[in-house]
Amino acid sequence: MSEWWAGVSETFARCFINEGRYKLLLSGIGVTIKVSLLAVALGMIIGFLIALCNLSKKKPLNIIGKVYTDVIRGTPSVTQLMIIYFVVFATINWAKWVIAAIAFGINSGAYVSEIIRAGILSIDRGQTEAGRSLGLTARQTMIYVVIPQAVKNIFPAMGNEFITLIKETAIVGYVGLMDIQKAGDFIKSATYEAFMPLVGTAIIYFVLIKMLTIALTKYEAYLRKSEKR
Amino acid sequence: MSEDKVLEIKNIRKSFDGNEVLKDVSLSVASGEVVSIIGPSGSGKSTILRCATLLERMDGGILKYKDDIAASDESGHMVYADKKELKRIRRYFGLVFQSFNLFPHYTVHKNITEPVILSGQCDAKQAGERATELLERLGLEDKAEAYPGSLSGGQKQRVSIARALAMKPEILFFDEPTSALDPELTGEVLKVIKGLAAEHMTMVIVTHAMKFAREVSDRIIFLENGVIHSQGTPEELFNSNDERLNSFIGKLEE
Ligand SMILES: Nc1ncnc2c1ncn2[C@@H]1O[C@H](COP(=O)(O)OP(=O)(O)OP(=O)(O)O)[C@@H](O)[C@H]1O
Ligand SMILES: [Mg+2]
Repeated sequence: MSEWWAGVSETFARCFINEGRYKLLLSGIGVTIKVSLLAVALGMIIGFLIALCNLSKKKPLNIIGKVYTDVIRGTPSVTQLMIIYFVVFATINWAKWVIAAIAFGINSGAYVSEIIRAGILSIDRGQTEAGRSLGLTARQTMIYVVIPQAVKNIFPAMGNEFITLIKETAIVGYVGLMDIQKAGDFIKSATYEAFMPLVGTAIIYFVLIKMLTIALTKYEAYLRKSEKR
Repeated sequence: MSEDKVLEIKNIRKSFDGNEVLKDVSLSVASGEVVSIIGPSGSGKSTILRCATLLERMDGGILKYKDDIAASDESGHMVYADKKELKRIRRYFGLVFQSFNLFPHYTVHKNITEPVILSGQCDAKQAGERATELLERLGLEDKAEAYPGSLSGGQKQRVSIARALAMKPEILFFDEPTSALDPELTGEVLKVIKGLAAEHMTMVIVTHAMKFAREVSDRIIFLENGVIHSQGTPEELFNSNDERLNSFIGKLEE
């Protein structure tokens, strides 16, 4: 028993402590969070614009929205990431993590646009009609009447999208970024150990996402409560 | 009563996917006049109001408020006024919906002030005063800070009337204002509308409440299958010997 334990702790030390390997994972967490946060923000902006295109009465805008969603959904995110990194930004010298976040934002935008579109359509038509009959412009009705109500309906799906996005970023290693996944992978190669580095990676993602889920659930409950006042 | 026309609708036509819902309906409303529209379900009552309030585009005819032409087919095809003009024309009217359509994310007070402010009618302070005054008048002053979700149906409809009145419309349309209410709550809403009639507010009311229509209206229009079957003063209509009209009124009065 104590022999087994000694073995485990020795492997643990080799994987996570020796040569400061935990620092690799810590900075990996930082990279994952940075990329995810910027990507989710960009995704919301892009998603909102694409949703407006899709909801617009103007045909050319509809087409732009449709093509965008189709292309993004119809291609793997790794491929998109590599095209953005090695082709679109080939000659632009921005920080790697920013370029990766842009790629994920573009990807997420296609999914977010559907969430936003559904959220806007979920608001009763009578709300828009009331706004219009009270002298608000179409734009004002959207901003002051529809969107504030849609945000509450959209929130849970948006939280899910954020979580999906965090997991999706585990492919940034393809463009040479050292995120959680890549750090785990690196340790695996350096130590010839598979179990601990990989399970450790999984645990880190899991804890990160669990914390986020709890925070989102709390905030959602708060939103609901404020609505019932 | 003045003969100034506030609203003039001439020969309007409206189809939904080939189904002609309004066939050549004309209707003028004089300032201070109260007109009720009655008729069976699907006869096109709501569609008239929706065309008049620009929520629906008509296929033919003329729509005019005072001297402002909102839409006309005199040139041979349907032409609507431009956006800016329509924005101005929207100020002529208010619309009260069957389902209230209050803004659930705003307090009662803000439901009333926000449209007034956003449409640029007056500043926040004046709008606030207007709202407070209207709420007092409609007996809702203690609900100013409540959210619509916590009100009864009758209260909601009174708030929505206050919200429409705050825009100071020249004509107010009602689409079955009491149909979504429990019977015991209709009285408080009808009382408000009667009060407005007494102040000579110009109104067009779609309703199934015959007794109310009879009491409040200067003129009643009986619509059937997208055409005006008959119209006249309440006395004329209720004493008519038209079979179709009598059977409709009789059915509702039972
Ligand atoms: N947006 C629409 N699309 C298709 N058909 C419609 C639409 N709006 C109304 N109609 C049809 O037009 C006809 C008239 O409808 P409208 O709502 O004007 O009737 P109404 O007299 O108000 O009836 P009710 O008393 O039931 O409210 C109905 O047959 C209805 O199905
Ligand atoms: Mg109707």
